Amino acid sequence: MSDPAVRLSGLRKSFGAVHAVTGVDLDIADGEFFAMLGPSGSGKTTVLRMIAGFETPTSGTVELGGADVTRLAPFERDVNTVFQDYALFPHMNVLDNVEYGLRVKRVPRAERHERALAALASVRLEGYGGRRPGQLSGGQRQRVALARALVNRPRVLLLDEPLGALDLKLREEMQVELKSIQREVGITFLFVTHDQEEALTMSDRVAVFNEGRVEQVGTPAEIYERPSTAFVAGFVGTSNLISGEAAQAVLGKEGTFSVRPEKLRVAGLGESVDGAEHSATGTVSEVVYAGPATRFVVELDAGGRLIALQQNLQVSSMDVMSLRGTRVRLVWHRRHEFAIVS
Amino acid sequence: MNTTANTTPPGPPPSAAPSAPRGGTTPAPGGPRRRLAAILHRRARLRLSLLLSAPMLWLGVAYLGALAALFVSALWRTDTFTGDLVRELTWANFRELLTTEVYRTIALRSVGVAAAVTLIDLVIAFPMAFAMAKLAPPRAQRWLVIAVLTPLWASYLVKAYAWRVLLSADGLLGWGYGLTATIITLSYLWLPYMILPIYAGLERLPNSLLEAAGDLGARGRRTFRTVVWPLTFPAVVAGSIFTFSLSLGDYITVKIVGGRSQLIGNVVYDNIGAANNLPFAAAVATVPVLIMLAYLAAVRRTGALENL
Repeated sequence: MSDPAVRLSGLRKSFGAVHAVTGVDLDIADGEFFAMLGPSGSGKTTVLRMIAGFETPTSGTVELGGADVTRLAPFERDVNTVFQDYALFPHMNVLDNVEYGLRVKRVPRAERHERALAALASVRLEGYGGRRPGQLSGGQRQRVALARALVNRPRVLLLDEPLGALDLKLREEMQVELKSIQREVGITFLFVTHDQEEALTMSDRVAVFNEGRVEQVGTPAEIYERPSTAFVAGFVGTSNLISGEAAQAVLGKEGTFSVRPEKLRVAGLGESVDGAEHSATGTVSEVVYAGPATRFVVELDAGGRLIALQQNLQVSSMDVMSLRGTRVRLVWHRRHEFAIVS
Repeated sequence: MNTTANTTPPGPPPSAAPSAPRGGTTPAPGGPRRRLAAILHRRARLRLSLLLSAPMLWLGVAYLGALAALFVSALWRTDTFTGDLVRELTWANFRELLTTEVYRTIALRSVGVAAAVTLIDLVIAFPMAFAMAKLAPPRAQRWLVIAVLTPLWASYLVKAYAWRVLLSADGLLGWGYGLTATIITLSYLWLPYMILPIYAGLERLPNSLLEAAGDLGARGRRTFRTVVWPLTFPAVVAGSIFTFSLSLGDYITVKIVGGRSQLIGNVVYDNIGAANNLPFAAAVATVPVLIMLAYLAAVRRTGALENL
């Protein structure tokens, strides 16, 4: 393939003494659904705003489809943004909102109208053209914002915490919907989120941000199963670290290692362990029953603690609660433990 | 002794518990103040009417009452020879006002001055308010608001006389006195009243709307025309109500820098003082009131009255 849809090279941004972005290099391929995941203040939104053109980088470049756009104004870039607060124009109806970009580009009235209606249909809002944004629900506004951006057929669609303002149920629906819309239109989606589950379920690839840098880039499975740093292991899922003396005692090797909670099996002390497995003994200090699964916090005899997640296939809350304070053996397959760069 | 009971309604007092029957058959502990607080806590309507009584009284008696008195006295007349007040109802004052050429000219001139001041203030205030609300860093914003407010803390007369000195033939500007000088001085005096509502309106305008317009391809001018202006128009009208009404009623600035030109305010003033014709002064004074009422009725639909 030719140039990537977005290429960021050595991107930095400082606001006075605050260094929001401290060197980001990223290539995002055409047609990709790409997530920038990180806690608040990790610089992900600032990167998005530099791609949109709302902020000018302190240094580094932004390329769109091979062309350097670092110094171009937002209206000169072939990207559109879905804002966190949707930023719908409250004094215009839905149709005028969606047509805004086309009107600016002097698209003839008939075509403008047709494309706007098609965009509204693609987000399942037929017949809502005459309403004011104030008369719509959060989810509907979100979809109007999406239609208003998509109708311009940008090279890249930027989404800033697109589902952040929706309640859980609606958020889950919109995750599926966004994904299918992206597949239909084939436009590169680049979205910012602090919700690791959202990033894992929706995107083709994820970049995990921390303190203005990218910690790791990879597919959701890579990020989750093979986090390369302690931060990624902790931010994406539960960090289950075995380090120092405990690593020596349990695994017989130096360094810091991580095992995901659902990879751990809670077994009796006398459980036999085969050669492909590792195990550690400890005491259950906490049992958290969560409906479909139960979380066990186990204090290891060798030091440190691990969290094990067990599906409640046969057991009920009454059964698992009695396990608090008992001695157990945690067992896992060797291939599920991996070294962490600290 | 419970000192909090008379200032704030306490969190549900024992007698206000939902299970307690109305009227307080369970004796409320504490003194009468606490009991009063409990009653007020339960009866929202009584509480509201007590709270509103003072402002309503002020509005009803001091403002509307005074206006009514003005209208009534405009219908009286003075005895031509003795100068005594004759309390008989007559339309004579208004007839004279409407038929005399000079009063019509003065009324139109006053509206013209008020409109010019409003327009000048708008042209100066909008860019200033925009810079304050959208371009200045947050810390500078506070100082700029204070800078805009400080002229209001100085005496009106000091400012008017300062302009008199500036405008006098041998002053720094030396443009002389007259209607133009009046407009310049009034524009200066009322500028903060235009800046502040527009500033407030622009502050309420989310930055993301401006960014969204730019993101969709609009340049500055189009963003202003299609997004900023329609959404801040009510704030502009709110500011214009101040500048227009304050200019319409002014008579001191005209006296200080207006040279020989007269505005409605001067006619009122002269009829109270020199001419000693209070009823006619009242009749003249109703003219700006009516103009403002018409203006308010016209702008009511823009939503500007919610922006005051």
